[in-house]
Amino acid sequence: MLQTFPGGKHIHGFKDFSKDKQIVSLPLPSQVIIPLSQHTGKNSQLIVKQGDKVKTGQKIGESTGFISSCIHSSISGTVSKIAEYNHPVIGRCQSVVVDSDGNDELDSSIKSRQNVESLSNDKLREIVKETGIVGLGGAAFPTHVKLSPPKQIDTLIINGVECEPYLTCDFRLMLEKTKDILRGVLILKKILQTEAVYIGIEEDKPEAIRAMRNKIVQMKLPITVVPLKAKYPQGAEKQLIKAIVDREVPAGKLPLDVGVVVSNVGTVLAVYEAIYDGKPLYERVVTVTGKIVKEPANLRVRVGTKFSELIAYCGGTTQVPAKIIMGGPMMGLAQCSEDVPVIKGTSGILIFSEDELEKKNEQPCIRCGRCIDVCPMNMLPYALSICGENERFERASKYTPFDCMECGACTYVCPAQRRIVEYIRLIKAVLK
Amino acid sequence: MSKIAGINLKVSSSPHIHSGETTTKIMWTVFFCLLPSGFMSIYIFGLSTLWIILSAILGAVATEWCCCTVQKKALTVSDGSAVLTGLLVAYNVPPQSPLWLAFLGSFVAILFGKIVFGGLGFNIFNPALIGRVFLMASFPVLMTRWPAPLNVDAVTAPTPLAIFKDGFSQNNMLSAGEMINFSYRDLFLGFRGGCIGEACVLALILGAAFLIYKKYISWHTPLSYITTVAVFAWVFAGEGFFNGDFLMHILSGGLIMGAFYMATDYVTGPITKKGQLIFGIGCGIITGIIRLWGGYPEGVSYSILIMNAATPLIDRFVVPKRFGNM
Repeated sequence: MLQTFPGGKHIHGFKDFSKDKQIVSLPLPSQVIIPLSQHTGKNSQLIVKQGDKVKTGQKIGESTGFISSCIHSSISGTVSKIAEYNHPVIGRCQSVVVDSDGNDELDSSIKSRQNVESLSNDKLREIVKETGIVGLGGAAFPTHVKLSPPKQIDTLIINGVECEPYLTCDFRLMLEKTKDILRGVLILKKILQTEAVYIGIEEDKPEAIRAMRNKIVQMKLPITVVPLKAKYPQGAEKQLIKAIVDREVPAGKLPLDVGVVVSNVGTVLAVYEAIYDGKPLYERVVTVTGKIVKEPANLRVRVGTKFSELIAYCGGTTQVPAKIIMGGPMMGLAQCSEDVPVIKGTSGILIFSEDELEKKNEQPCIRCGRCIDVCPMNMLPYALSICGENERFERASKYTPFDCMECGACTYVCPAQRRIVEYIRLIKAVLK
Repeated sequence: MSKIAGINLKVSSSPHIHSGETTTKIMWTVFFCLLPSGFMSIYIFGLSTLWIILSAILGAVATEWCCCTVQKKALTVSDGSAVLTGLLVAYNVPPQSPLWLAFLGSFVAILFGKIVFGGLGFNIFNPALIGRVFLMASFPVLMTRWPAPLNVDAVTAPTPLAIFKDGFSQNNMLSAGEMINFSYRDLFLGFRGGCIGEACVLALILGAAFLIYKKYISWHTPLSYITTVAVFAWVFAGEGFFNGDFLMHILSGGLIMGAFYMATDYVTGPITKKGQLIFGIGCGIITGIIRLWGGYPEGVSYSILIMNAATPLIDRFVVPKRFGNM
């Protein structure tokens, strides 16, 4: 029996479009739009002004509190404008527009380090903070905060699950950057001083499991690869912890409350590059995929590149796009324009044609109980959806709406095609 | 929708994909899984059975159509639930009963069992059973006139349960097999008196097995229901204790149809698996009490309706333990 968590639902992966496509670098964009909010927490504070010359990797936004992060220029050139611009998550955001000089000249602060072993943990944390690393799995939580737990951690879990359908960027990284990821894991292990280290990967990615295991044996590392049942949302932090070490994070608490830190494979790689190469987080791998994308791809992209450029690089689409989603189909955000920049949390760009859109014909709940069976948090989604529909928000608070992580499993299985997650979001917004 | 660069992009809340499962698909699947039992009944009780089934379905669909039209609501006829209710009403009347009986039963089932509560999803009681108990109360003679199987001319042949009950109450202690003159095999295949749908246990179980395989129904309600009736019958139905003919109680009457197709109704049963176990046990106990000591030979429909009434209470107290709530 493979390890897993209670609830959840197997969802067809749709990963074949891009899973065999090697990561390639997108040609340097002529202009980037870098929003000052790309992470959970406070916005970064602007430290450049219009007309300034900037270099690749130069800091342009300073972290403004404990839960905040730095932001760097992703190309070299001139700051042509500082203005509000489209943002894939929050709609509009103060952004720095940099026009490329075409040279991609690295900032002088970026140097590779030889003496990594001799660096203190505080210094390592400092580097992670200064290089602007945030969780690349989606939530973009500042990584240096995760690496400064207020109490002792005993387990480090590396998230290589990638349970969202369509997305393959983490899968490709595990195949192509196996060694660097493992060296990144060792850095995290050193900072957190944990004994146990696990890498969780779903069983439907046997190549990744094999690659990781082989490299671990070769490098003689004290790391265990745990194959997990392919089931959505296996990659959700709390569900991953439950599956691997059978601990339940109490409602409203964090993984560190049960002695665990979880980090995504992409984030671990970014930590490796920051420590060894001194490289700030100014680029990431983005999966561009969908049935109508001519050449689906896994692209290494500079932060701030417009979606339209990635789509154009993939040859465009065979049909008119009807929906463009940042992230996967289960938790991703539908965009109202192609004219939005890639940010640190952009794991994928998924394009649907008109035929692929779910045609929702919402009906009353027939109380079939499927939502309860799949809810990974063991909630009563049907009850919340009825409360939301009837705007009975006080009553809804009884059903603990804030436990919901909006994974969408309930809405995916609902035969009455109810917009359960949407109702829960409404309830949360009202009760907040 | 936003219009930028000449394309219309649709913006909506995640998730952006759906399993493709729909209420309509579920209703029609249950409908088709019930059909083999109907075919067996047509074979056993004659072609008139077919007309009864069609009349009941017509009654249900016509009532739903009229109500939707009068209420100016979107037509819900095609979602299959009215057709399914009609079929279940037909399965709950005796073969060779007049056509208007089934039609009237369906009319009551849809109007007073479903529409008055607000339509599908809002009803408290199983609509088909509302139809049945209405007919039982209003036309007790018509509802208990059973033609003999494979012999359309014999007008009345009491149901096994009725024979068993009468025999039992007269303290005429013959062995169950002798007394009712039905073999378990006959009961299993459907060669006995009874309502249209409940005759052929084999056909009902085949359909139910498919529904369980497709996860359209779960085993919790039927298994706990049938097991409870069996245990109850084994303990109390015989001479003294612990020698009742439980197999006869499982195979006869409407238990199999009720347990697999009516107690499992999503809308009127508990929503959690644990609640469904309680529901099944409750149905089993009430069925046993009615069958052995009540005024009717059969108690399946009343037991389900009574437990339907208890469903909100069960759902209120039986909730899953939330993740991270130790």
